[in-house]
Amino acid sequence: MLRTSVATAFRSFHTTTPCQEIRKLARLRVVDNSEIGKRAMAEGKPPRCIHVYNKKGVGLIGDKVLVAIRGQMKKGILVGLKQDQKTKVPKFDSNNIVLIDDNGSPLGTRIHTPIPTILRTILKEKTIAKGADYTKVLAISSRFL
Amino acid sequence: MIISRLINKRICNATALQRAVSSTSSSQNAITSESPKHRRTSLVSPSYRFMYPEFLPDPKPEWRNLIREKLERKDMLARRSKIEMPSEFYVGSVLAVTSSDPHAAGKTSRFVGICIDRQGCGLRAKFILRNVIDHQGVEVLYDMYDPTLQKLEVLRLEKRLDDKLYYLRDCLPEFSTFDLNMEADILPEGSEVPINDTKAVLKPRPWLERWERQDLKGISNLEEFLTPKMVRQAKQRETPWEQYDLMKEYRRTIPAEEQSQIYSEVYSELHQFELARKKMKRKRNIPSKLA
Repeated sequence: MLRTSVATAFRSFHTTTPCQEIRKLARLRVVDNSEIGKRAMAEGKPPRCIHVYNKKGVGLIGDKVLVAIRGQMKKGILVGLKQDQKTKVPKFDSNNIVLIDDNGSPLGTRIHTPIPTILRTILKEKTIAKGADYTKVLAISSRFL
Repeated sequence: MIISRLINKRICNATALQRAVSSTSSSQNAITSESPKHRRTSLVSPSYRFMYPEFLPDPKPEWRNLIREKLERKDMLARRSKIEMPSEFYVGSVLAVTSSDPHAAGKTSRFVGICIDRQGCGLRAKFILRNVIDHQGVEVLYDMYDPTLQKLEVLRLEKRLDDKLYYLRDCLPEFSTFDLNMEADILPEGSEVPINDTKAVLKPRPWLERWERQDLKGISNLEEFLTPKMVRQAKQRETPWEQYDLMKEYRRTIPAEEQSQIYSEVYSELHQFELARKKMKRKRNIPSKLA
């Protein structure tokens, strides 16, 4: 009796299968220490991707995504993927994002998981002069792989 | 052809058993000296096909090309002469790979992890390393003959109970956690490769694969998550006759005659590399003992 009530109150399983590919409605994991990200992960309501900012609609490493998190829309950068990667690019056990604002500066001050080194090059290429500067994400990371 | 291969297989099994029970090599010599053909190639150890599996080509007949295979072997030896590559490692060994990385700050990156799979043959040989770093599971796929690899070290030479360790992805993180600054354990010379019989503990479902259908020996608590339906379906899909399927065996493997031919071709150079490596190891060990 108790167990069922607990199960309905905090449902520990998800009714959709985990998506290995980042497309719309894929669940993600926030890995920085931003307040909103920490709250969302602690509640067990991880953000969902609601848009991928590229032409294919499938997010690859370093791509910008729009996520729905605690009833708000935030932008994030994919910093680790579950999908099979090219050789020497690490593949992670979860799909990780770092939340950023429109200028590209991260909402948190630290990233607590490792980050692939290839992001250095990718984010540098994506940065627009006098526009969004994504390399600030690299500055708050704790470890590169 | 099939019969000769079967006999050879049985010989290999017999020798493997003999080596496991007692490390005397007299029985091996007795078997290999049965036919004059074997006497000529008796220099090549029968364990080479486990030590250097990537020297054997893919047995799929459409993909065979003897000239390409020969050229590939030549390239592999050339690559092995350039970098420090271990003479043997297995699924379950802990490796450290140093590779040049244009994206990294120091232009090199080093990754340590347990080898969970080896795949591919020839120059396309690959392996996957897995580790848990900062509570985050990470896997990296490396090409063995990638020209950007600088160094490949074996930190712990051992085998596990299974041929593939993909189930570590669904196990508790401590079973795939290895220290990045791990020191290499050096086995005494001429010793057997130890089999590590730790059994990993699975996390509850959902899993990435149906582990109950794969006849895995390295999981300790698989039964407690299985429903009667899963057990029944796993039982339905069992294929215990496959080990007696001669044609399957024939299509899956390279004939023993051809194997010995390939290994006798590369033996002298591989042996030279092994000797050089031993020499280097001794040189490196002596100062550390004095200090």
